[in-house]
Amino acid sequence: IVAEIEKKITEAFEVFDRESNKTVDVREIGCIVRSLGCFPNEAEVQELVEQVNMEVEEPGGFIHLEQFLPVMTKVLLEKRFLPIPEDVILHAFEALDENKCGYITKEDLVKHLTEE
Amino acid sequence: AFKAAVLIQQWYRRYVARLEMRRRCTWRIFQSIEYACEQDQIKLHNFFSYLMDQFTPSSSKERDFISRMFVSGESYKEAELEKCCDYESIEVPDSYTGPRLSFPLLPDHATALLEAFQQKQQLHARYVLNLLHETRKHLKQLPNISHVSTCYSEEVTVCGDLHGQLDDLFLIFYKNGLPSPSKSYVFNGDFVDRGKQSLEILVILFAFLLIYPKEVHLNRGNHEDHMVNLRYGFTKEVMQKYKVHGKKILRMFQNVFCWLPLATLIDQKVLIIHGGISDTTDLNMLEKIQRDKFISVLRMKKRKESSRKPEIQAINGESKPDTDAAGNEAAPRLSLQPQSAQAPSTANRLEFSRWLRQTVQEQIDTCRRLVDVSESEPEELTYSSMVSLKDVDEPCWTRQEEWKQILDILWSDPMPQEGCRENKVRGGGCYFGPDVTEKFLEKYSLQFLIRSHECKQEGYEFCHNRKVLTIFSASNYYEIGSNRGAYVKLGPELIPHFVQYQANKTAHMLTMTQRQGIPVALISRVEESAFRALREKLFAHTSALISAFKAYDGDNTGRITLSNWATAVESVLRLGLPWRMLRLQLVRSTEDGMLEYKSWLDNLAMEQRSQEHIQSSLLEVIYRNRSNLETIFRIIDRDHSGLISFEEFQQTWKLFSSHMNIELTDDGINDLVRSIDFNKDGNIDFNEFLEAFRLVKQCP
Repeated sequence: IVAEIEKKITEAFEVFDRESNKTVDVREIGCIVRSLGCFPNEAEVQELVEQVNMEVEEPGGFIHLEQFLPVMTKVLLEKRFLPIPEDVILHAFEALDENKCGYITKEDLVKHLTEE
Repeated sequence: AFKAAVLIQQWYRRYVARLEMRRRCTWRIFQSIEYACEQDQIKLHNFFSYLMDQFTPSSSKERDFISRMFVSGESYKEAELEKCCDYESIEVPDSYTGPRLSFPLLPDHATALLEAFQQKQQLHARYVLNLLHETRKHLKQLPNISHVSTCYSEEVTVCGDLHGQLDDLFLIFYKNGLPSPSKSYVFNGDFVDRGKQSLEILVILFAFLLIYPKEVHLNRGNHEDHMVNLRYGFTKEVMQKYKVHGKKILRMFQNVFCWLPLATLIDQKVLIIHGGISDTTDLNMLEKIQRDKFISVLRMKKRKESSRKPEIQAINGESKPDTDAAGNEAAPRLSLQPQSAQAPSTANRLEFSRWLRQTVQEQIDTCRRLVDVSESEPEELTYSSMVSLKDVDEPCWTRQEEWKQILDILWSDPMPQEGCRENKVRGGGCYFGPDVTEKFLEKYSLQFLIRSHECKQEGYEFCHNRKVLTIFSASNYYEIGSNRGAYVKLGPELIPHFVQYQANKTAHMLTMTQRQGIPVALISRVEESAFRALREKLFAHTSALISAFKAYDGDNTGRITLSNWATAVESVLRLGLPWRMLRLQLVRSTEDGMLEYKSWLDNLAMEQRSQEHIQSSLLEVIYRNRSNLETIFRIIDRDHSGLISFEEFQQTWKLFSSHMNIELTDDGINDLVRSIDFNKDGNIDFNEFLEAFRLVKQCP
């Protein structure tokens, strides 16, 4: 099972590995983690990046597969950052949709995110 | 409320990420299939080369056929060319409403052409030939490496691959302006193939080339090569648009292509080539090569050096006058195993090659007499080194080295790793690393390279520490919305300034919105197209896949794990794709993580089945060879008539079946041939040709 997970992670990683040198831009980590089925928020992604860079002396703008693989494998094995169940998300939408119109605007969302 | 917002943000981010992943996977699929196709092309060539080496013609008829296919087809003789450009005898009817050209061309002619093509009109064959004739005259006097200076016209615009996409050329002219004394352009090759308006693009580019010779520069690309054209659409396009004069026009293009310059140098600081470089690229050699000798850069395998010497000696010692008799006597029946190097068979091959050399020499002498041209070196046939007649006259480098220089320039790709290695994906040229670039730029005191050859999402991309710029001008290359096109402008400071575009307005809008994460039918559409192509490829390898799956299914349960599925598929297709990421789109139904592979493959087959309900294994063979068969058909159909005579077919069949290891007697072939001609018109058209392969597979 671990081997299979590692293969999956490597594949996802390689899709973003522009230069085929086993590194990706650190800004793409969020994308990779999410496309592997996880739902972290921004803070959690940052934590992950820090974890990956723990061993690295001078963390630059790039993440190497070597460090990423073990951390990500653990994440998947421990089933961290699970998807939010649909009814919860629906509830969340309804909570913000004061006028009950069935949608919320980008500005609303931004407002709520930046206010606290 | 904040918590709610965060949740939504999380969900949304995940959604965007998945879209991005899908987009990239789609890109990878298209790219890997594209390059695998190019590799096939080279393999096809090696196949012909192999056959050429192995095949001993057992009759004069067979010899004629081979010679037609490989010798006279590829040489260009001045006399025949004159016949081709005999445009003056072509009458233009009064009813023709398209543009009429007269030479020397004027800017008004160019505008007339642009307008005409925008209204989907077609230029009359006479003017096409006339234009090609003049273009050839002009190109002949150009050096291999064009020199451009930014002090004449302040800015130079460089465009990359256009691939027959006329809309993109119009877009470029619309945004950037037409070529003029104050607007220089460099077009970096690959004007043709794949898109449907290669002809129009060439006409326009050549017209501007003649009108503004100082300002317009064209580089040759790997697709300016008639062997590539046979497969990728240009030949087809010309024959469809010019039913009467198509062959002549194609011959002229073939000739014009080899006269295209190989590179352009701006201010002695920026080198523009179509593909790339290798660690052996030598600008001095490139400047001195006779570029017109390389009609097609896709070349046959070189005959081993060791076989040359005895050949020459044997020829000198040969006293048999009549090659026909010698050929018939000693030639065995065509055997399907490769000939071993025994004395009789070697002699046959030597006889054959000797006969070829004689024939070629005769042809050349005839031409010389007709045209009264005293070329310093005899005409060289690029196709086979065994007819190289100028062994003695060679300059200090070999024909082989020259060919490699051109091949590298037209076919190479940059890679991030250091070093220089063979480009196995494309089958020609090499992969060159940043160190190769660095050394090269230093050696010739250059600032950076501009090349094309590879499709880029944004239309352009830097690599090797901004020392190599890829510029690609065909937008929506793989599919609508797949990528932008771009061109680059350089001023006297040689600082690149990019302009991007996308030919289809709606597609452009969609690309914009997709960035903001709004679900777009676009991604799905492009994706659907990519997966369709991928499923076709999977289907074409059904038997190989079954074997691979069986290897993981020791207990013969008919099921394998998804993990093994991914590994097996990659080992068969070798496309380097992230199969686990793509799995959901390819494999619909699984039971507790296991896949029933037989039924999966059956489903694939059902999607591909045509109306004829042919057995899937036969269909598989046809599919796998489909693009090859079409190319082969076209090569055999020398006069591009769309029909093959019975004899031509027989010869072809022998050649191809020896490659596929299928046994068939002469009688068998005759029966086969007769039964193939369904409409009994004495000729075989392409559909009948395809059918032929199906029938043979059914033979016991």
